[in-house]
This record gives sequence, C-alpha cells and structure tokens, in this order.
Amino acid sequence: MIKQTPLTIRTSPHLKKGLTVPQIMRNVVYALLPVCAWAVWQFGISALAMIIVTTLSCMATEQLFTAISGKKSTLSDYSVVITGILLALTLPPGFPLWMAAVAGFVAVALGKMLFGGLGQNPFNPALVGRAFVQSITTWTPGFLPERFASFIPSSLALPFMSPADSSDWIAGQVDAYSSATPLSLFKFEQVTTSTQDLLLGMVSGSAGETSALLVLLCGGFLIARGIMSWKIPCAVILGALLTATPFWLMNADVYPTPLFVIFSGGLMLAAMFMATDMVGTPLTPAGIWIYGLFIGFLTVIIRLFGGLPEGAMYAVLVANALAPLIDSVTQPRAFGTRLKQQSGEEA
Amino acid sequence: MSFFNQPFTQKGFLRLPWQSKSFANGIHPEDHKELTERKPIRRMPFSNKIIVPLSQSIGAPAKPIVSKGQDVVRGEPIAEAGGFVSAPVHAPVTGTVAAVDELVSMPNGSKTPAILIDTWPSSDQTVRYLQPRDTSVMSADDLVKAVQDAGVVGLGGAAFPTHVKMKAPKGKTIKTLVANGCECEPYLTCDHRTMLEYTDNLLRGLQLAMVTSGAKKAIIGIEDNKMDAVEKIRQSIVARQLTNITCEAVPTCYPQGAEKMLLKSLLGLEVPAGGIPADIGCAVFNVGTLAQIGELVPQGRGLIERIVTVSGPGVSKPGNYIISLGTPLPFVLEQTGAIDNPGMIILGGPMMGMSIATRDIATTKGITGILVFTPEQLPNSHEPEMPCIGCRACVEACPMLLNPSMLGKLADVNRHQEMMDKFHLMNCFECGCCSNSCPANIPLTQKIRVAKQSIRQKARSAG
Ligand code: SF4
Ligand code: SF4
Repeated sequence: MIKQTPLTIRTSPHLKKGLTVPQIMRNVVYALLPVCAWAVWQFGISALAMIIVTTLSCMATEQLFTAISGKKSTLSDYSVVITGILLALTLPPGFPLWMAAVAGFVAVALGKMLFGGLGQNPFNPALVGRAFVQSITTWTPGFLPERFASFIPSSLALPFMSPADSSDWIAGQVDAYSSATPLSLFKFEQVTTSTQDLLLGMVSGSAGETSALLVLLCGGFLIARGIMSWKIPCAVILGALLTATPFWLMNADVYPTPLFVIFSGGLMLAAMFMATDMVGTPLTPAGIWIYGLFIGFLTVIIRLFGGLPEGAMYAVLVANALAPLIDSVTQPRAFGTRLKQQSGEEA
Repeated sequence: MSFFNQPFTQKGFLRLPWQSKSFANGIHPEDHKELTERKPIRRMPFSNKIIVPLSQSIGAPAKPIVSKGQDVVRGEPIAEAGGFVSAPVHAPVTGTVAAVDELVSMPNGSKTPAILIDTWPSSDQTVRYLQPRDTSVMSADDLVKAVQDAGVVGLGGAAFPTHVKMKAPKGKTIKTLVANGCECEPYLTCDHRTMLEYTDNLLRGLQLAMVTSGAKKAIIGIEDNKMDAVEKIRQSIVARQLTNITCEAVPTCYPQGAEKMLLKSLLGLEVPAGGIPADIGCAVFNVGTLAQIGELVPQGRGLIERIVTVSGPGVSKPGNYIISLGTPLPFVLEQTGAIDNPGMIILGGPMMGMSIATRDIATTKGITGILVFTPEQLPNSHEPEMPCIGCRACVEACPMLLNPSMLGKLADVNRHQEMMDKFHLMNCFECGCCSNSCPANIPLTQKIRVAKQSIRQKARSAG
C-alpha cells in the first residue's frame, strides 16, 4: 500500500490560461514605452522629466492610500504605472512639473483610490487627472492654443526645454515647440496638416499625441498578443470616420478630411490606450461596440462644434460614465433563450 | 521572462464566422493529448480485490442480489436496478463476495455501499455469462430493456442511465441522433481511441439507438483534432453502406463536447434554456457508450469494464486502459507507474473533473480519466484572487452567452435571486471557461456553482 499523503483539492476548472492581471498591465506598459521614447525624442528632456514625475507621483499616491487603509501594496499590479505614463502622454510637454505631479495625485486619488482601487474606478484615472488640471488651471498658458509658441514663464520644466538632438535637421523637422497643434491650427486658422506628418508625428501636440502611426503599431502589438481586444479601437476609429465623413462631403472647405480627424490630436491614443482601459468599459459584446462608436462620434462632435480643439479625452470620460447604462441595455441573449422558441419540428 | 512565452495567437484566433460552424465563444486550452492519443488501448490486469460501488449512475442506487460468501461469475448481475432511472451492476471478475457494506469513498469523502469481491487468482476471467441474441429481430422495447439489463450508463462522465434516453420522451419525437465524439477535455483520449479501435461496435450501437428512438438519421460529431477518427469512421460508413449516418468534423474548441454546444455546431439549433435535446428532436450519446451498446447488446452481457485515460505528469505509463469496474485506485496507480506521493489526482478532465481528497475509491462507470499530477506540476489554477478589472475575457469565453463577471459580483453580495432573474444563472453548466480565462484569478465557476446550490436549496425548502 502506498503511504498516503494529503492530496491537494481544488475546484474545477483545474486549468488556467496563462495571463494574469499584472502580466496584462505590464504588457501595456511595454507597449507604451515606444510612444514615450518618441515623445522624448521629439520634445526633449522635458517630456522625459514629465513622464517620470507623473509616474512617480501616481505610484506614490497609490502607495500612500494603500498604506493609510492598511492594505497590501498594490504597486506590483502595474496598473498605476500605466496611469502615470498615460497622464504624461496627455499633457503638453511644456507643462509645469509641479502641476504634473498634482495631476498625478488627483488622477490616482480621485480617479482610482476613492472608488476602491483597481477594478472599482468608473473613469480612466489618467483622464481624470488631466481633466482636473485642465479645468482648474485655465490661468496657466500650458493649455492655450499657442502653448508651444512661447516659453512658459515660471515653469519648472523650463530648464529642460531643449531637444534631445538639436541638429538643424531635427529642429527643422520637429517643430514642436514653435507651432500650434494641428487641431488648433485647423480649428482657429483652417490650416490642415498633411496626413503623412500626422502619421509620423512631425507635428506638435501633447507628448503622446503626435505619432498616430506609432500609437497604432503599439496598440497592434497588444492586439496581436491577445492582450487587448481589437473591437474597441476599431469601433472608436469607425465612429470618428462615420461622423466626420458626412461633414467633409458636405463642405470640404470647412470640415477636415476624415483621415485628418482620426490621425490628429489624441484620438489614436484615446482609441488604443484610453478607451480600452478595461475597468470603465462595458462588459457586453454589443456594449463595447456602442461604447467605441460613441467615443468616436463624440470626439468629432466636440472638435467640430465644441469650444475646445480636442475632444477625445472628454468623449472617453463621458463614455465611461455611460458604461453601466450601456451594459444594462445590452445584456446578451443567453443561449437557448431566443425570443421565438424553436419548435420540435425542426432538426 | 514570462513576457515571451505566451502564445501570440491561439488556435482559432481569426476564425471567421463563415469558415466553420461552431457555437459562440469557448476557449482553447492546451490539450496535452499527445501523451496518450497514439497508444493503443491495453487491458489492465485484474486486481485481487474488486470493490464495486452500488451507486454508479445518476438515479437510484442498485440493490444487491448477492450475499457474503457467494461465488460470482464474471458478467453475472450482482445488483439490480433500483428504479427506472437506475442501472443494474454486474460482477467485473470471477470470485467470491467478501462483503456487502459501506466500503468505498465517494470522491467527496463520504462512504457509499459497495460489493467487495475477492478475485479468484486461478481464474482466466473469461466472460461466461452471455446470452447472445439476434438484434435484428428485436423490438424497440426489447432493445431498450436489453440496454438497461446490460447496465449501460453514459460513459462520457455524466453516468445517466442510457436506456432512459433511448426512447423518445412522451409527446416528443427524436429525428436526429448525435454521437458525441468531441472529447474536448484536455488529456482525455479514451473516446478517440474507442472510435479508432472499436469503430464497428460504435456504428452497431448507433444503429440500435436509431431503432429504439425512431431517429431517421444520425450524425457523428468529432472535433477536428481527431481527423484520423473522422476518416476511419467515414470509411466504415461507406463500407457498410450506411446512407443515414454521417460523420462530421467540428472545430476544436472547448466545450464542444457539451451536448448543447455540439447540437448548435452540427445542426445550428439551440436547445431552449432549461430544456433537453429532445425539445429540438435530438438525442445525444457519447461514442464510448454507443460502442459498449454495440458490443454488449448482441452478446447479452453486462457492462463490467470501461476504457479509462490514465495520464498526467505523475504517471510513467500514461495510456488508455480497459479497467474492470471496481478496480481500486491504488492498484490503477501502481499499474500505470504513478509516483508514490502525487500532489493531486483528478477524476475526469481538468476542466470539469473533480480533484479527490482520498485514494480510497474504486473505478466506476462514470470515470473517463484519472489524471495524476506531481506536487511540483500541479495544474496552474491557484493564484491569489484580484479585483475584477472588467477585461471581458470571461464574457468572451462563456459558451452560454452569460455575463460571468456580473454573476461573480452579485454572488459576492449574495444577490442570488437577481442572478437568476436577470442574468440567467441556471443556464450555466459549469464548464469552467470563465474561470479559466479570468486574469484576475476569480473563481467565477465556483461562485456560480455555490449560488446555484443555494437557489436549489431554497426552492427545495420552499416546495
Ligand atoms: S462556467 Fe457557466 S458562466 Fe462560466 S463560462 Fe461556463 S457556462 Fe459560462
Ligand atoms: S475575466 Fe475576470 S477580470 Fe475579466 S471581466 Fe471577467 S471576472 Fe472580471
């Protein structure tokens, strides 16, 4: 008789797919790194300083809150790192660093920890942080349309405002701090920027908003790895295209081309990395399409008719708020509960 | 680094709707079938003690008709059916009844009545208890009776007495019979080997079931990772000129072997929620069950053995074995070269099977597989639970199109009634796809299972 040792007992299923939450989050961080690198290349050390400041500020805030509530540190799930990086990428590179730190604090404190931490936050924390600083800091030139045209007085970022490579070629190509963003150019001066420049990121804008192509590739990497669903980015872009095309067809002089719409501003970043933030999205299969299309639609409407040149951020926040509602009206039809029941005559 | 060893895309990642018909969702676990799928079925020696549990099927336990000290011949009935939804039990070996008592453990640890037989060491164990008959002249009722007398139950793991399904329920007609050869659980290959090695028995059993149920046609559905079995069966069908039987490959996707999923894949029909296949004019039988019917009914003998996959990293001789019912588990482990101190033993497949607390059990009709894991190589299902991040992986995995994340959240706060009324709790058949895909390691299936039990209990105490 074999000597009996206790056997492990577990409930089925006994097999797990390999992915865990920290792995997913870590992969998103990896996917964001090239976008960060491009931002640093393009905007210089100040962008790097900002990424570091927001990330550290977000991490410190999360650590502070878990410590206060006596919980185990949750830094190891990497989700807060994503918040920090995304926040940096949505801020203009010349943004004062101390305000970036405040934004990081608000993002995590108000956007995440107040709701109970990972998985409980209805809104994308990075966008909460960004919306917060944008709403309280109208007095800072950091968000003005001409924010790249002049140095920002009293900005802590000021000493770092020099390009990574200050050769003439770069200075000529990457005109980031001496021009307005393509969206404000278009909105306020009816100047369009070439789609190719938008794709490659040879334009000005918030740190992570500039190279649509790079963002697209990085998102594609996550999709190929099965970490992110392709549905939401597709839905957002589709929504934007569907909304922008009729306007453009009606009057191409006043309204931008659909391609300009999807490749400019933060739309691509929002589609790939903000709208897909899993926590605030609907759960149902139909719900995510509605959610994505709605973000695309709202972004274009805000851009064309709102007071702001940029709309993707608010569109995502509004859609986050609507997610529970979308969920409740799109409950899937459970298997075998077709409205018209099949009869025994079939088969 | 763990970053690089995840599969980039999984099988079926880009399967477009028109490329193959299948049910929605489901998962693609690593199947580990290579351990056993190419090994011919072998017979395991007879243990010198055989412990036959009296309750081997869903339904009433069988009633013993032998007593202590009595000699029994292999194949002889030793317990009769305890009701219509029940199956008799036959002596798996020639030997002497040593006890009729509460002898073996159920997988959950409680003791259950069983008949202990001391095997005669000198017997050659030939089955002498036979009543050969010509099935072509038997009436449908006689055939159903013969199946019940043979003690056949569903060998796919459910162990539902087969004769009950072989006739159309009152008021319903069976138009299509479906033979379930999917075997979608990882590790298990006993049905695969049965289809390859007992093709004739399978087709004969299927034809008998068509006679009893009145079905006009039959479909054998096999997952497309077993194309050799599909080919073999198709050839046999052609050779025997069976025009009303077809064999179809269905996509490899867990849980394709769940009967509702298979019917959806083969016929495009959904069994109504809470209903049975007969509601859409179908009956589904496991291929192993049909192969046994095809062999037992013409020979007129009882079900005394079955094919079991013994596999997993903890055995050195994995394979498919014909094992006498009632063979004690320690004997099986010894014969298959299992390590001395396994970390975990699962009865059935890793997705729906049960991990057992004790080795003090004997094989029964419902055991499809015995999987042995070493303490180092336990199946990877145990990691700390994290908050739900709303990733939708569970929703996109659930073949019943439920919202497992929502069900899990409601289960945490005991809102069972709402789970049932609004989120179709009772539709869940506990396939485990949601738990499998949840990156937050939330035991969704378990939460749902507990909620279902509490609802049933409430209904029972109310009614
Ligand atoms: S266990 Fe239930 S809820 Fe989970 S995937 Fe299977 S059927 Fe759906
Ligand atoms: S798979 Fe897990 S983490 Fe993802 S939505 Fe479902 S329950 Fe939440």
